[in-house]
Amino acid sequence: MRAALGWILRGGLLGSLAFAIFGPLANLILWAVAIQWYFPHKLPLTWGFKYWGEVFKPTSDTVAALGTSVLIASITVVVCLLLAVPAGYALGRAQVPGRRLILLLLLLPQAFPNLAVYFNVARLFYTVGVNGTIAGVVLVHAAHGLVIAVWIAAAAFAAIDPELELAARNIGASAPRTALTVTLPLAMPGVTASAIFVFLESLDEFTGTYFVGVPDVTTLPLVMFTASLAGNYQIAAITALVLLVPSVGFMLLIERFLKADMLARIG
Amino acid sequence: MVAPALAMVLALFVYPLGMSLVSAFTAKDGAPSLDNFAKAFELYGNDMVFTLVIVTVSTALIGVLAAVIGGYLVLGAHPAAVSILKGLYRWPLFIPFIVAAQCMRTFLAKNGLMNNTLATLRLVDVGSLSGLLDWRGIIVTFVWKETPFVALLVSGAMASLDRATIEAAANLGAGGLRILVGIILPQVAGVMLVGLTLAFVTMLSVLSVPIMISGGSPTMITVDMAFRVNSYGDYGVANALAFVSYAMAGLAAWIYLQRNAATGIGL
Repeated sequence: MRAALGWILRGGLLGSLAFAIFGPLANLILWAVAIQWYFPHKLPLTWGFKYWGEVFKPTSDTVAALGTSVLIASITVVVCLLLAVPAGYALGRAQVPGRRLILLLLLLPQAFPNLAVYFNVARLFYTVGVNGTIAGVVLVHAAHGLVIAVWIAAAAFAAIDPELELAARNIGASAPRTALTVTLPLAMPGVTASAIFVFLESLDEFTGTYFVGVPDVTTLPLVMFTASLAGNYQIAAITALVLLVPSVGFMLLIERFLKADMLARIG
Repeated sequence: MVAPALAMVLALFVYPLGMSLVSAFTAKDGAPSLDNFAKAFELYGNDMVFTLVIVTVSTALIGVLAAVIGGYLVLGAHPAAVSILKGLYRWPLFIPFIVAAQCMRTFLAKNGLMNNTLATLRLVDVGSLSGLLDWRGIIVTFVWKETPFVALLVSGAMASLDRATIEAAANLGAGGLRILVGIILPQVAGVMLVGLTLAFVTMLSVLSVPIMISGGSPTMITVDMAFRVNSYGDYGVANALAFVSYAMAGLAAWIYLQRNAATGIGL
């Protein structure tokens, strides 16, 4: 009897949690496949993929914005990794003077209210002519993603056993060769994780793009925002789903990349 | 090897931050003054309080939920319930704020999926319901989006604790809640504080959620900053508001550093 009551309680709590987590997503999916839906109907009146055709036709704003978003995110990953891999290597392996201060400085863009900084960046970019350009948006995204990329890379490099590198050097490999064929491949899962993370952050970024990219650079989140405020819920929902799929995919895969005890070291 | 990454953060974050501070304390004629602050407090004083309350309440709720989720994952006696919870709580982890806002904009509306479901289950009378699209909706969205992140950090830290003290307490007859509050939470307080500080600051600079969830007044100061910049080009007052948001973030960081200094936990 007590056991049954316990399961009813557990089931109720887990069920409520599932409703709280999946309810909002379900509502989004309903809007994505609704054609007509208005008050006071609890479910859409007509269903179908009519709006999908509109959103994904080659000349649509969404398709263009998707292209821009992927382009920006890809360049951001390259810029970020070029900066983060050496920094992560140094911070993870070598004794860098002022290591704590450096980590703190890199943390600033995540640990400070960045909206306030973004409109000042936009003002700065305006004077040097990069406002409203892809390059400007990439710079803002890269600065924001940098700390996570450095952190993950530093943890990945710190986890490599130095004996492996010594062994490679002992049998005659040069330092660059050791770095390329031993150290980097061992750090690859961490570097890949930071690349995916930076890509997603950039793909999803709204506030920075809103100030720095407008009016010439339109990314997917901006299209979604405009559609939502204009009341085009179908278009907003379909665009949101496009943003949602990679995010959920990464969430499901994260344990492959990040071990829980690695997270425990933060703090 | 760290220099390029540092240069990036200095140029794109620290320098604009300095610009922001100077601009906040400069009048239109270029003389140092507090006029911007006088105007900011007069026009947006309510919004400052509103912002602080929303972000603080959200942070507190996130902390409680993260502790409960992490605690059940470590202490839960039923493997099936633990693994269901584990698969459930993380879904919103990487979902962007803007997508979360769009989900909630429909889910929490008067005629949204939440009210309709509750009404169908005959738990509430739909006629008497209003939507939650006001300050409550902002809190719900923040908690929905940020809890998984803090819970992930905290449960990772909990999982790597020494089980011996937990089992000793259990042997002496301590209940789950007592073990969680008395033994586990004090040991993971550092990680919890990092998570909550990052969540606090992140929520402080989200623009999309307050705009999309609650359009009217009072609203969060992020919306006011965007308005001052986009409608009036008034960087002075916008930066005075920015200064207020730095002060709030500084408060959170100060609490974190207090604790950090007290225990000597590294970054």
